[in-house]
Amino acid sequence: MAMTMQLDVVSAEESLFSGAVQELIAPGSMGDLGIMPRHSQLITTLKAGELKYKTGDGEVSLFVAGGIMEVQPSIVTILADTAVRSEDLDEQTAKDAQKRAEDALEGKDPEDLDYEAIRAELDAAKAQIEMIHRIGKTLR
Amino acid sequence: MAGLKEIRSQIGSIQNTKKITKAMEMVAASKMRRARERMDASRPYADKMRQVVSHMALGKLEYQHTFVKERETVKRVGYIVISSDRGLCGGLNTNLFKKAFQDIADWKEQDVEVDIAVFGSKALSTFRRFGVVAEATGLGDKPGMNDMVGTIKVMLDAYEEGRIDRLFLVENEFVNSMTQSPRVTQMIPIIAADMEEIQYHWDYIYEPESNEVIDILMDRYIESLVYQGVVENIACEMSARMVAMKSATDNAGDMIDKLKLKYNKARQAAITQEISEIVSGAAAVE
Repeated sequence: MAMTMQLDVVSAEESLFSGAVQELIAPGSMGDLGIMPRHSQLITTLKAGELKYKTGDGEVSLFVAGGIMEVQPSIVTILADTAVRSEDLDEQTAKDAQKRAEDALEGKDPEDLDYEAIRAELDAAKAQIEMIHRIGKTLR
Repeated sequence: MAGLKEIRSQIGSIQNTKKITKAMEMVAASKMRRARERMDASRPYADKMRQVVSHMALGKLEYQHTFVKERETVKRVGYIVISSDRGLCGGLNTNLFKKAFQDIADWKEQDVEVDIAVFGSKALSTFRRFGVVAEATGLGDKPGMNDMVGTIKVMLDAYEEGRIDRLFLVENEFVNSMTQSPRVTQMIPIIAADMEEIQYHWDYIYEPESNEVIDILMDRYIESLVYQGVVENIACEMSARMVAMKSATDNAGDMIDKLKLKYNKARQAAITQEISEIVSGAAAVE
C-alpha cells in the first residue's frame, strides 16, 4: 500500500477536489514542484498551469489559474484562484472600480434623476392646484 | 348600489398583486437554496485561509506584514459596505445602513475621516453623499471573484499607502432563513483574537521569498472575506425577500377577504333595496 496524503483543492467559489493522493505535481511560480507524502512544511505561490495528482485510480490533471499551495507532511492544500491574475490586470480592475464610483457620483444614475425630476414636477403641480383652489374660492 | 363595480375591480387588482408577490416568494425561495449552497461552497477556502494566515499572524516570523501591525493613530478609516442590488427585501438594507451610519458617526465624532467602497447599487445610492471611492454593482446571483477584486484592491492599496488606517466590513450575517443581522467587523489590521490557537513553532519554507508569498496571501485572505460577505448577503437578500413577499401575499389575501365581504354586503343591500322598491311600488298600485 503506497503512502498517501490528503489533498484539498479549494477555490473561493467552490471545492474542486478533496481526497487521498500518492503524489502531486504543481505549477509553482518558480517552477514545477513534485510533492510526495511527508514533505516538509512549504508554502508557495502557483502560476497558471496544470496540476497533476496520482490517486489510487490513476493520474488526474486539473487546470489551476494560479493560487497558493500550503504543504504539510500529510496534508496539502491548494487555494486556487478562480481566474488568471496579474499585477497589471488587478491594477486595471481597481481603476475601473474607482472610475465607476466617480461616474456614479457625478452623473447620478437615471433612477435617482427621475425621482428628483418627478418630485419637482409634482411640487410644481401641487402649487398650481393650490393656486387654482384659492382663486376659485375668492371668485365665489 | 354604490361601488359594486369599483370593489370588483379593486379585488381584481389585488388578486394580480397577490399573484406577483406569490411568484416572487417562490423565486426567492429557490434562489435562496442555491445561494446557501454557494455560501457553504466558499467556506472551505476561507477557513483554510484563516488557518494559514493565523499561523503567519501569530507565529514569530521574520517578516511581519502591514496588515498584522496595529497603527497607533487613526486619521482615516475605510469601510466596505455590502448590500443588495435590488429592493423588495424588507428591512435588510435599511438595517445594515443604519448600523453603518452609527459606526461612521462614531468615527466622525473623533474627527476621523471615512472612505467607503460599496457592493450593490442600494449601498451606492445611499452612501453617495459620503463620497464613495470604489464600487461594484450588478454582480447578479452568481458573483464572480473577478468583478470584486478591483474594488477590494482600491481599499487594500489605500491601507498599504497609509491613506486609511483601518478597514471595516459591513455585511449581513445569515443566521437562519428568518433572521439576518447586520454586523461590522474589522478586517485590517487583522485581529489576533479571531485567529485559532496554534501550538507549533515551525516556519514554512517559502517559495519564492516569504514576503512575496505573504503579500499575496494577505490580499487573497481579505478578498475571500469580502467574497464570503457578498455570497452571504445574497442568501440574506433572498431569504429576506422570501419573508417580505410571504407577508405581502398574506396581506393581499386578507384584503381580498375583507373586500369580498364588503362586496357581498353591498350586493345584498342592493337586492334588499330593489325588493323594497318593488314591494312599495306594488303597494302603491293596490
